[in-house]
Amino acid sequence: MILNMVHALNQAMAQEMEREERVVILGEDVGVDGGVFRVTEGLLQKFGSTRVIDTPLAESAIIGAAIGMAAYGLRPIAEIQFMGFVYLAYNQLVVHAARLRNRSRGRYTAPIVVRMPYGAGVRALEHHSESTEAVFCHIPGLKVVVPSTPYDAKGLLISSIRDEDPTIFLEPTKLYRAGKQEVPEESYEVPLEQAKVVREGEDLTIIAWGAMVPIAQQASEMAEKSGVFPEVIDLRTLSPIDRDAIISSVKKTGRALIVHEAPKTCGLGAEIAATINEKALLSLEAPVMRITGQDITVPLPKSEDYYYPSPKLVVYEINKLMEW
Amino acid sequence: MIEQYDPLKGEMLQILDEQGQIKTKLEPKLSNGELKKIYSCMVTTRVADMKALKLQRQGRLGTFAPSLGHEACQVGSAFPIKKEDWVFPYFRDLGMYVTLGFPLKNYYLYWMGNEEGMRIPPELNIFTVAVPVASQVLHAVGAGMAANIRKDKIAVMCYFGDGGTSEGDFHEGLNFAGVFNTPNVFVCYNNQYAISVPRAKQTASKTLAQKAVAYGFEGVLVDGNDVLAMYVAAKEALEKARSGGGSTLIEAYTYRMGDHTTADDASRYRSEGEVKEWVKKDPIERFRIYLKNKDLWDDAFEKRVQEEAATLVEKAVEEAEKTPLPAIEELFIYTYKNMHPNLKEQLEELQAFLREGGK
Repeated sequence: MILNMVHALNQAMAQEMEREERVVILGEDVGVDGGVFRVTEGLLQKFGSTRVIDTPLAESAIIGAAIGMAAYGLRPIAEIQFMGFVYLAYNQLVVHAARLRNRSRGRYTAPIVVRMPYGAGVRALEHHSESTEAVFCHIPGLKVVVPSTPYDAKGLLISSIRDEDPTIFLEPTKLYRAGKQEVPEESYEVPLEQAKVVREGEDLTIIAWGAMVPIAQQASEMAEKSGVFPEVIDLRTLSPIDRDAIISSVKKTGRALIVHEAPKTCGLGAEIAATINEKALLSLEAPVMRITGQDITVPLPKSEDYYYPSPKLVVYEINKLMEW
Repeated sequence: MIEQYDPLKGEMLQILDEQGQIKTKLEPKLSNGELKKIYSCMVTTRVADMKALKLQRQGRLGTFAPSLGHEACQVGSAFPIKKEDWVFPYFRDLGMYVTLGFPLKNYYLYWMGNEEGMRIPPELNIFTVAVPVASQVLHAVGAGMAANIRKDKIAVMCYFGDGGTSEGDFHEGLNFAGVFNTPNVFVCYNNQYAISVPRAKQTASKTLAQKAVAYGFEGVLVDGNDVLAMYVAAKEALEKARSGGGSTLIEAYTYRMGDHTTADDASRYRSEGEVKEWVKKDPIERFRIYLKNKDLWDDAFEKRVQEEAATLVEKAVEEAEKTPLPAIEELFIYTYKNMHPNLKEQLEELQAFLREGGK
C-alpha cells in the first residue's frame, strides 16, 4: 500500500492493538477527534473508548497515568499534542519512567511509548515547532526514536510499542504528509538502536534524522552535480545511538557533517562529534562540522526560514568541508 | 459512614477519643485476634522507627523520615488492604509496610542507601518509594484506570502528606480519578507540617478532605490518631472502590511528633508546648486503654508484644547490615532491559579502572 507517514503510524497502532489486548492509547483529542493530526483516526471506532482514551488537559497526568498503567501491566501509548507541551510531563519522564526499572531492581518497569509531533518547518504557532530531543537523550533509561519515512515510521512505532523500555517517539510534523511510500500491509519491525545508510558515498558522511534527512538527500543531489558524493546516515534512534554505523562510515569517508534543526549548543550534534573524536580521530581529514538551528527561540512563521537548515546551506557547508 | 461526615462542615470521624473511650455505635466489628494484631503492628512500627532513628544517629542509616506519631493512621488505613489491592506509598509509610508484611530488612536496607531494599517481593503489590512529592498520585490513578480496563475488582491505595496536596500532580491526579471513576483511595496524612511550613500556609482550604468535592468525589476528615476511625474509613473506601463506586480522599488529621527527616530540626519552627499537647493524644496509648477496657491488654501482653517487636527489629537490622553492596554491574544493568554496547563500554572502562586499584 502507498501510505503517507500519518497513515503508516495509524496502521502500526491499529495492528498492535489487534495483536495485543494490553495496548491502549491515551491523550488529548486522540479518541473522538482522531488526534489533531488525525494520526489516531478511526481507532476509537475500532477498539472502543476503554482502549482509546480522551483525557483531560493535563500532560503530567497523561504520562504519570501511563506509567501507572504500565506498572499494572498495560502497554500504553501516550500522545502529547505537541513537543512544546511535553515539558509539563518531563518530571514524570525523567524521575519515574526512566528510573523505575533501576529503582525497583527490575520488578516495576515503564514500557510506555510517548508520541508527539516534533520539529519546525510547518509555519506553526509559537511553541509548536520544538526540537529539544537532546534533553531526552541526556536521560539514562529513556529511548528516543525518530522516523523519517512512512516505512520506517510504521516499523519503528511497532518496535517501540513492543520494546520494554520507555520510548519517546518523535514524529516530524513536516513529514506527516510530505510524501507517500510503499508500506507493507502486514506487521513488521524496524529495529531500534540501528541507524540506516540511506545514501552511499565516498566523500563525506552526513548524519541526520527526522525532517533533516530529506534536506540532506536534496543537498546530496545538488552536491553530486559538482562531483561530491556524500554518504547519508539516518540515525532513526537518537538514544541509544548507533555508534558503529557512524564510525564505520566516517572511517570510510574521513569527513563528517551533522545536520539537526535543534539549537546548536548541547544539541545531539555535539555528542556525535565527541564520539567521532574519540573513535575515529585519525581517520578525519577535517573537523567534524555541524549545521544546526541557532541558539535562539524558533522564530514565528514569517522569519522561520532564517532558522531552519536548508539544502542550500548544507551544500555550502559540504563545499567548505571538501576544501579542507 | 463516610458520607455522614461532611468535610465542608468540618465534621471529623472519631470513634476512639483521646482518653481511649469508645463511641460504641461506631465500634467496628473486629475480632479479638484482629484487635491485638493491630496493636502489635502499631507497637512494632514505633519500635522499628525508634531503632531507625538510633541507627541514623550512629551513622548506620542515612537520612530518613520518622513515623513517630503516625502509627494509627498508617496501621489503621493499611489493615483492611487486601492482597490483590495495590499500594502507592510516599516516603513516610513504615506502619503500612509493617502491617502488610513487607520485609523490615528491606526497609532498613533502602534507607541505608542500598537499592536492594526496593526489590519488592512479587507477592506484594506495593509500589516503590516516591521521593518527588505527590508524583505517585498519578501512578496510583493510572493503575486504577488499568484495573478498570482489565475489569479487576481491586482498590488502589495512595499515600501522601499535607504538603503533597499543593503539588500539580495531586490536582491532575484527583481530577483524572474523578473523570475516570477510578478505584482509588487517597490517604492524606495531614500531620500539620510540610518540613517547616504549617498546614495553614499550605492552603486556604479549611480542610484537605474537601478538595475531593472539587474533583467530583467524596472526601472525609478522620481523626488520624484514632486507629479504629482510620480502619473504618479506609475499609469503607476500599470496599467502595472495589465495587465500582469510585475514589475517596481520606484526610488523616494527625501530628508529626518527630522532625520531618533526620536532617531537620523542628524546634526551629515549632514550640515544645505544641508538641507536648499532642503527646496527650498519643495513638498507641489511647488504643491500649481501649484494649485494656475490653480485657485484651495486660502487662504480660505488653511485654510479649514489645519483645516480639524487638526481636523482629533486631533480626531485620542484622540481615540488612549483612547484605552485601550491589555488584558494580548492578549499577548498570537496570538502565534498560538489555545492556546497550555504549553502556557496556562504560561499565568495562569503570571495571578496568577499579582493577588498576582506582577508586
